[in-house]
Amino acid sequence: MEVASVANDLQFEQPLLELKKKIEELRKFSEQSGLDFTDEIRKLEEKAQGLANNIYGELSAWQRTQIARHADRPTTLDYIRGMCSDFLELHGDRAFGDDMAIVGGIAKLGNMPVTVIGHQKGHDTKENIARRWGMPQPEGYRKALRLMKQAEKFGRPVVCFIDTPGAYPGIASEERGIGEAIARNLIEMAALRTPIVCVITGEGGSGGALALGVGDRVYMLENTVYGVISPEAGAALLWKDASQGQRAAEAFKITASHVYKFGLIDGIIEEPKGGAHKDQAATIAAVKEQVLAALHELLEIPADVLIEQRYQKYKKMGHYAE
Amino acid sequence: MLKDIFHKKKQRYATLTSQDVAERLGRTRTAPDVSVPEGLMSKCKRCGEMTFTKELEKNLKICPKCEYHFPLTAAERLTMTFDEGRYFEYDAGMTAVDPLEFPDYQEKIKREQTKSGVNEAVVTAEGTIGGYPVIIGAMDSTYFMGSMGSVVGEKITRAIEMAQSKKYPFIIFTASGGARMQEGIFSLMQMAKTSAALARFSDAGGLYIAVNTYPTTGGVTASFSMLGDLNIAEPGALIGFAGRRIIEQTIRQKLPDDFQTAEFLLKHGMLDMVVNRKAMRQSLATILELHGGGFRGE
Repeated sequence: MEVASVANDLQFEQPLLELKKKIEELRKFSEQSGLDFTDEIRKLEEKAQGLANNIYGELSAWQRTQIARHADRPTTLDYIRGMCSDFLELHGDRAFGDDMAIVGGIAKLGNMPVTVIGHQKGHDTKENIARRWGMPQPEGYRKALRLMKQAEKFGRPVVCFIDTPGAYPGIASEERGIGEAIARNLIEMAALRTPIVCVITGEGGSGGALALGVGDRVYMLENTVYGVISPEAGAALLWKDASQGQRAAEAFKITASHVYKFGLIDGIIEEPKGGAHKDQAATIAAVKEQVLAALHELLEIPADVLIEQRYQKYKKMGHYAE
Repeated sequence: MLKDIFHKKKQRYATLTSQDVAERLGRTRTAPDVSVPEGLMSKCKRCGEMTFTKELEKNLKICPKCEYHFPLTAAERLTMTFDEGRYFEYDAGMTAVDPLEFPDYQEKIKREQTKSGVNEAVVTAEGTIGGYPVIIGAMDSTYFMGSMGSVVGEKITRAIEMAQSKKYPFIIFTASGGARMQEGIFSLMQMAKTSAALARFSDAGGLYIAVNTYPTTGGVTASFSMLGDLNIAEPGALIGFAGRRIIEQTIRQKLPDDFQTAEFLLKHGMLDMVVNRKAMRQSLATILELHGGGFRGE
């Protein structure tokens, strides 16, 4: 357990983690030896607090990217199971197959039946291979769309969890029309006659993320990113150097606070200090609260008004001169 | 003129240089350009054939030897598509700003404008085809790879709205490397915005034809290029979502030769038809006629 947690720690957290280890050692030594180190321990703890504030208070875009990709972050299934009851996972696109990179189904949120859909990353390598690290093929998006249309028919709101590096780049994806599959979701979501609430829970990777991300309310967790391209790929494309991901993460302005300032999302959901993985339960509770609040608001709005407002919201996005 | 399309070109051979031969055999890519006065002759990207530029233009910029469709500027496309080459342009003055304050973006915009002579990657315009009024968006890959930023998204969205209010059909000729990186997340959102406009247009009964031309990739493929009531492409057009190199790196295997061509997409059910540029105008006119002008009656 100890080993695993060290392996999953992020580099910029190291000074804090070392200090915490030192405090722990001192405490143990104090217990074993019977010597009183209360003052020293208190001082070190104050120092650790200050250090934590320093490290987590001013996270760079690149650091947040790393937190957004953290292997211990809650995944879509964690959110669904943590927020909802009676989750019924539904499979398949009815045309080709069942893409495990996207999961979906029906569940109860509060007392309300909802359709839940999201990118699904694995908790270990084996699961990640089966789920292609949350990178869907066309049938994943088509399954998502099938579930959305089903929700529309039965008047259920749709909740989408977004966490993908992007759609899967492969022969099969292109053969079966990954572009068309994403595009189809965009056009259908724009006009879906039921409320859609989206939460970016990790990586919001380009079109592969947007294909579950057209909604009446879109939120980002505090340490997530949303961009047109991953920082590494962007750096490779623009500066012919994939190792400049850090520079690209800053330049592309992909953090929740930037995207919110741009007016492209509706709110930011706070994470526990250090990131969602430090306290999964608290993160999931915060997401649940925000989604419920949004749904209560949206369910009051007649469908025609809802999709008109949705259209006007997207219509405004963009800056140009004339 | 139709006569000109079949105009025989005079020089059919004697234009191959040793570099051309080497390049065709795939031995080298470093060969310098052949020394012909700039602009006088054009070299086919696919077969290497040299053609007098004037003749090439008469041939609608199709290589007379291998039928390769040279990329067109938006103005060329609109001129050859609308009746008598006449059209009225919308939003001609709309230009890009720099919402991300992205390094070098403003300089790059100026360079691209100077190089291409146009101010953005799409021209939207109204005119007629076969007498039917229609609104067309023609993308221009000579400007910034035809990439889609806020201006492209806004112009296309407005054109769709205009088509809806006038009850005209809407046709797009795509030619784009995808989303414009320098506008980041704003570019991404243009996919949602244009698709949302198309959703309303479709609900209202408007006919939308997407003509995919070389190249149509990335965010354009994942939005309006694939959303036509009819999806059409020019022969040999590159159409795909992910870049060839990215796919090769991911899967570590060689891709089929015809991968992401119009013909590949046709075979896999993504296109209604592949139409030669020489037949495009007539095909569009026929489609419009079959749709009674292109807007569902009340």
